[in-house]
Amino acid sequence: MYPSGKYSSRGPALIPRMKTKHRIYYITLFSVVLLGLIATGMFQFWPHSIESTADWTLDKRSVHDAPLVRLPVSSPIPERGDLSCRMHTCFDVYRCGYNPKNRIKVYIYPLQRFVDDLGVPISSTGLSREYNDLLSAISDSDFYTDDVTRACLFIPSIDVLNQNSLRIRETAQALAMLPRWDKGMNHLLFNMLPGGPPDYNTALDVPRDRALLAGGGFSTWTYRQGYDVSIPVYSPLSADVELPERQPGPRRYFILSSQTAIHREYRAELERLKEENGEALLLLDKCSNLSQGAASARKRCYKGQVYDYPQILQESSFCVVLRGARLGQAALSDVLQAGCVPVILADSYILPFSEVLDWKRASVVIPEEKLSEMYTILKSIPHRQVEEMQRQARWFWEAYFSSMKAIGLTTLQIINDRIYPYAARTYEQWNNPPVVKWSSVNSPLFLPLIPPRAPGFTAVVLTYDRVESLFRVITEISKVPSLAKLLVVWNNQNKSPPEGEKKFKCPECTAIDGLSLDQTHMVERSECINKFASVFGTMPLKVVEHRADPVLYKDDFPEKLKSFPNIGSL
Amino acid sequence: MQARKKYVLLGLCACCWLVLFYWGGGVQLRLLRLLTRQRGEVVRPWPNWTDRAFLPRYAHLDELQTDPGTAESPRQRRQAWSAIYKDSRCRMETCFDFSRCRRRGREGFRVYIYPSEKNDHVSESYRKILTSIAESRYYTSDPREACLFVLGIDTLDRDQLSGQFVPNVDERIRGYPLWNDGRNHLIFNLYSGTWPNYTEDLGFNIGQAILAKASLNTEHFRPGFDVSIPLFSKDHPQKGGERGWLVRNTIPPRRKYLLMFKGKRYLTGIGSDTRNALHHIHNGKDIVSLTTCRHGKDWEKHKDARCDHDNLEYERFDYQELLHNSTFCLVPRGRRLGSFRFLESLQAACIPVLLSNGWELPFSDVIQWNQAVIEGDERLLLQVPSTVRAVGNERVLALRQRTQMLWEAYFSSVDKIVLTTLEIIKDRVFSHISRNKYMWNSLPGGLLVLPEYSTHLAHFPFYYLGLGISPGQEFTAVIHAVSPLVSQSQPIMKLLQVVSKSKYCSQIIILWNSEKPPPNRSKWPPMPVPLTVTDGRRKTTSRFLPHVAIETEAVLSLDEDTVLLTSEVNFAFLVWRSFPERIVGYPPRSHFWDPLKRAWGYTSKWTNDYSIILTGAAFYHRYYHYLFSHYLPQSLRTLVDRTSNCEDILMNFLVSAVTHLPPIKVAQRKQYKELPSPQGTKSVPWANPEHFNQRQECVNTFANWFGYMPLVHSQFRLDPVLFKDQVSVLRKKYKDLERA
Repeated sequence: MYPSGKYSSRGPALIPRMKTKHRIYYITLFSVVLLGLIATGMFQFWPHSIESTADWTLDKRSVHDAPLVRLPVSSPIPERGDLSCRMHTCFDVYRCGYNPKNRIKVYIYPLQRFVDDLGVPISSTGLSREYNDLLSAISDSDFYTDDVTRACLFIPSIDVLNQNSLRIRETAQALAMLPRWDKGMNHLLFNMLPGGPPDYNTALDVPRDRALLAGGGFSTWTYRQGYDVSIPVYSPLSADVELPERQPGPRRYFILSSQTAIHREYRAELERLKEENGEALLLLDKCSNLSQGAASARKRCYKGQVYDYPQILQESSFCVVLRGARLGQAALSDVLQAGCVPVILADSYILPFSEVLDWKRASVVIPEEKLSEMYTILKSIPHRQVEEMQRQARWFWEAYFSSMKAIGLTTLQIINDRIYPYAARTYEQWNNPPVVKWSSVNSPLFLPLIPPRAPGFTAVVLTYDRVESLFRVITEISKVPSLAKLLVVWNNQNKSPPEGEKKFKCPECTAIDGLSLDQTHMVERSECINKFASVFGTMPLKVVEHRADPVLYKDDFPEKLKSFPNIGSL
Repeated sequence: MQARKKYVLLGLCACCWLVLFYWGGGVQLRLLRLLTRQRGEVVRPWPNWTDRAFLPRYAHLDELQTDPGTAESPRQRRQAWSAIYKDSRCRMETCFDFSRCRRRGREGFRVYIYPSEKNDHVSESYRKILTSIAESRYYTSDPREACLFVLGIDTLDRDQLSGQFVPNVDERIRGYPLWNDGRNHLIFNLYSGTWPNYTEDLGFNIGQAILAKASLNTEHFRPGFDVSIPLFSKDHPQKGGERGWLVRNTIPPRRKYLLMFKGKRYLTGIGSDTRNALHHIHNGKDIVSLTTCRHGKDWEKHKDARCDHDNLEYERFDYQELLHNSTFCLVPRGRRLGSFRFLESLQAACIPVLLSNGWELPFSDVIQWNQAVIEGDERLLLQVPSTVRAVGNERVLALRQRTQMLWEAYFSSVDKIVLTTLEIIKDRVFSHISRNKYMWNSLPGGLLVLPEYSTHLAHFPFYYLGLGISPGQEFTAVIHAVSPLVSQSQPIMKLLQVVSKSKYCSQIIILWNSEKPPPNRSKWPPMPVPLTVTDGRRKTTSRFLPHVAIETEAVLSLDEDTVLLTSEVNFAFLVWRSFPERIVGYPPRSHFWDPLKRAWGYTSKWTNDYSIILTGAAFYHRYYHYLFSHYLPQSLRTLVDRTSNCEDILMNFLVSAVTHLPPIKVAQRKQYKELPSPQGTKSVPWANPEHFNQRQECVNTFANWFGYMPLVHSQFRLDPVLFKDQVSVLRKKYKDLERA
C-alpha cells in the first residue's frame, strides 16, 4: 500500500512531463540525425588529405579491389638515378629527426593498380606474394607508421622485385605519381632481379630519381656504398623445403656444383677440376629426361643419376655459386640453408648485406679467373674453420635470408643504423650466431689497462650483525696506505649505526662469527647458485686452481726485502 | 498517431544510417581510427588480402634457377672490363695487375720504392712514410719482384700554394718505364686542392694508381681500391708512438665537460657553413664550443660582430685541458674533410663526434667506426648536444676504450699507418688468405694477426673468450738441446721423464742445436708420448721457428738443463689455459730504467716484481713462434743468432707488445739460481759477465726497434690455491711443490 500510494500521489503530474520529455527526445534525435548526415557528408566529400585512404576497410578484401590509377602518356618520368647519391646528399635527414627510440618510421603507400592510357597494367604480375609478405612484415614491425607526415622512409606498394615483369617507362611514371615522391627522396625500392637482356644491368633499370635501392645483384660499379643496400635474391625453396640443420663436419663431397645454367667455359673448367680430383667433386646439371616445371627445379642429375635439390646440397662441404647473366643468384640462399659453405665466383659482386655481415667467416670468394685453382684454395682452409663457416652459413640464412620478412627487416635495420649510428648494432650482434652469443664473454672493460696506484681504492664493508669483526676489519684496513675511502654499508637489522665519532659497544655480540658455519646458510647459498645459473641460462663461474700471491711469497728470502712480508701470517 | 509517427521517424533514421554506412565505410573506419589512435593502438595498415594465397610468385623457380646466360664468354667480358672500368672507376679486378704478385703470401707481396733524385725535396712526413716501407718486411730493392710501387717523389702536399708542392710530377712519372699508367702504384697524399675550393685534384694524372689519401670524399673514393688514411702531422712519431691517454676506466664514465670544440671559425669559403655555426651549441657549462676568427692573414677584413667576444672566450680555455676533461670531442670538417683533431681526440680517449659529411673515414674498409666514434651530420649540428647526452654510460665506456684500441693498433705512429695501408692492399690481393673484420676490430688489431699463419679465429691466442671457447687440453714440449748426449744421467734425460709423465703432454720435440750430430733414436729413453728430434741448425732463433710438428696450441719451451716436477708442469699448464695470450712460466727477470746511463737495464736479482719470464721453462701459444719468425725484422733475429743470446728477452718483448700485459710467474719448487750446474758439459752461460752485458744491450736494441718499452712489470705470482697454507698435505693437489 505504501509504495502504490506514493506512486499514485505523483500520478497526475506524470503525463504532461512525459510530453515535454518526448519533445526533447525528438529534437535530440533529429539533431543527431542531422548532425550525422552533415558529418558524414563532410567526411565523404571534404578534401581531407591528398592520400586517399578510403580504400582501407576492416573487412578482408582482394587485391583486385585496389583502386585503379590511369597514367597519362605525358606523365613525368623520374631521372635515371644519381650514382653520386649518398645519405648526406640525397637523403632528407630532417624527416627522421631526433628520436629517443632511435628508430626510423616507415610508411607504406596503399596498394593501387596502375594502368597506362589504354588500360594495360604496368606490371604483368602485379603484387607478388613475396612483396606482399615483405610489406606486411614491415607493417607489423616497430618501424611502421601509418602517419605519412611522421615518416622518415617511404615504401611504394609498386612491386619491382622482378624487372622482367615490369614495363620500365610506365613503372617509372607510376613512381613519380606517388603523392610524396619528391624526387624519390627517402623512398626505398626493393628489387631482386635487375636488368634485362642482353647486358643485364646490375641495378634496376627503372628511372628512380634519388630513391634508395635495396637490390639483389649489385656490382661495385652500381652500388652506392652507404646509400643502397645489397640484399639477397630470395629463393622460394626457403619456405617450401625444410632442411634440418646438420652438425658441422666433413661431408660426402668436398665441392658441389648444382647450378644448371653455367656458362660452357666455366663448365669445362669445372669438368677439368673433376677429372683431376675425382670423387671429391660432384657436378650436377639439369635432368634432360624431365619436363620443365616445378618438378625439374627440384631435381638434379649427373650421368643419369637423379638427385633431390636442394637436399643434395647438405652432402657437400663447399657449394659453388657462380655468376650467370646476373650477379645475384637464388642458389646462394639454398646453399646457405643447407649449411654448405658457398664458394662465390662473381667478380665485382656486392654480397648481400655486406655492410654488416662478415662474409669472410661464412663463405669463400674466389676471383672468376682463379676457378681452376679452386680446389687447392679450398683444401688450404683448416678443417675447424670449415666447420665454423658451415655453422655461420646456416646462421646467415636463418637470420637474414630465410623469409621476405627477414630480408625486409634487415634492410630497414641497416638503414636505421646509418641514420642513428650511435645506436647501431655491433659486429657481434650481426655476426654471432645465438650459440656464440650465449657462450662468449664480452667484458665491458675489455681494454687491458693497468691503472696507476695513485688514486688508491675504496673499501666497501658490509656490516651484517658482526660488530666485533667489523671493527677489526676497519682498524686493519685503515692502515693500508693506498686506501682512499672507506665505505661502511650498514645492513645490520638489529641495531642502528653508531652516530658520529661515538664508539659503539656491543657486549652481547661476542664471536657470532660462525655465520658461515651454519648449515642452513650453506644450503641457502647453494640454492642461490642454482637459481642464478638457471636465470643466466648457463653456469658463468669457472673453476681455477691458482691464486695470486706476491712474487716472493713464503720464499726463502729476507722478510724485510719483501714488499708484502705479512701476507699469510694471520 | 503519435506512435506511428514515432516509428516512421525511427525507421527513416535507421534507413539514413544504413545508407550512410553503406556509402561511407570510410567514415566508419576513419572514426574508428580516430578513436583507436587516441587509445594508442595502431591500425593494421597493410591488408590481409583474402586472395594472398593466390598471388603470383615474383619469379618462377625455373626463372630463378635457369640463368638466362649471355653469349659473351666470361674471359672476354673480363678483358673488356679493364678497358671500360678505368681511372675514376678503377677496381682491383680492372686496374691491378695480380700477376705481379704471383708468389703466395708475404713472398708475393713486395713493395719497391723509386729512388729519389738528388735535387728532390722530400718532406719529413714523406720521408717517414718511405722509411716505414723500407724497414718493413715487404720491402724489396728489386723492381722485378715488386708487386706494388711507391714513388720517390713527394706527393703528400698537392696544394699549389704550399712550399712543399712538387711541380711537373706529370711529366716525370710519365718518363718512368715502370709507370704503366699507374698500375700497381700506390700514391700517398695528405693535402689536395687549394684555396678556395680545396678540390680532390692532385694536380697530376694518377691513372690507375691506388690512392692512399687523407680527407677522401666518398664520391671520389674508389671502393675496394683506394685507401683512406688519417691526416697526421709532421711530428707524428716514426714508430712506437705515444700510448693512448686512458690509464684507467672511471665509472661513471662521464668527464667534467660533455662536449668540446676549440678551433678556427671560417667566415667564408668551403667548410664555413659548419664552422660558422659551432658557437651556437656553446653553453659555457658542460658544452664548450669555442671558435676564433684570428687565423689567416686578413682575418680582420672579414671579421664580424661575434669575433671580439669569441676571441676573448677562446683564450679562457686550454685545448689540452679540454681534451683531457671532455667526454666527447667535436671533430668538424675544416677546409678539407679530415683534420688533425681526429687523431688527437682518438688518442685522448675523447670520443670523436664527426661533423664531416662525405668523409670516407680512415681505413674504412676494415675498421668499424660506429663502435668508436659518433658519426654526426653537419646538417643536424643543433641536435648534437641532445644526441650525445642520450648516449648511455655503457656505450660511452665502450666507445672510449675502442678509441684507445684503434689508436694503438693503427694510428699511433707513421709505421702503423703505412703498414695498415699495405696490409689492407695485401688482403685484397690475396683475398682468400686475409683477415676478417673480427680480426681487424678486436684486440690486438689486424697488424699483429698474420693471415698466412691461419685464417681461423680459434687458431689465435686472442679470441677464445669472444668465441666462447677455451684452449686445447694438451701441450707440446720443445726442448732446446745444445750439449751432446754422453750419459744417461744427463739433466735432459730426467727432464724427458718428467715432462712425458704429464697427462697433458701430447708430444715432445727435441730441437737439436749441438755441434755433434743428434744421437741414434735408441739412445733416448722410451716414453709414453711421441718424441721428435729436429735439427735446429745451431741457430738460437730456431727454438721459436713455427715447426709444423707443433700441433697443439700450447707450447712448453724448455732448456735441456731445466729441473722441474711433473706437478709443476701440470699446474703451469692449467694456469696458461686461463691466460692463453700470455707467457706463463718460472724464472723471472726484470728491466728498469737507469737514469745515470739514460738507458734500460736488465737484472736477474730477486726482486719484488718482474717483467720477463725466461723461456727456458715457459708455456705460451704457438702463434708466438710464427710472430717471432715472421713479424719481427730479420735484423733482430740476426742479432740473436750472432750472440746466441737474448732470444728469450725478444720473445717477452714481442708478447708484451701484443698484449700490453706482463708475463705470469707461477709457483716453483726450486729457484733457478740454486740449480746444480750441469756436470761435465758446457759452462753455464749466464755466469759469464759478457753474456750479461749482451743482454743489457739487447734490451736497449729491442726497445729501439719497437719504438717504446713494451715490457710491463708485475708483482704477483700464481700459486696453487692451498700453497703453503696451514692445512693437511693430504688435502693439497700440488703438495710436491712445497717440498724443499
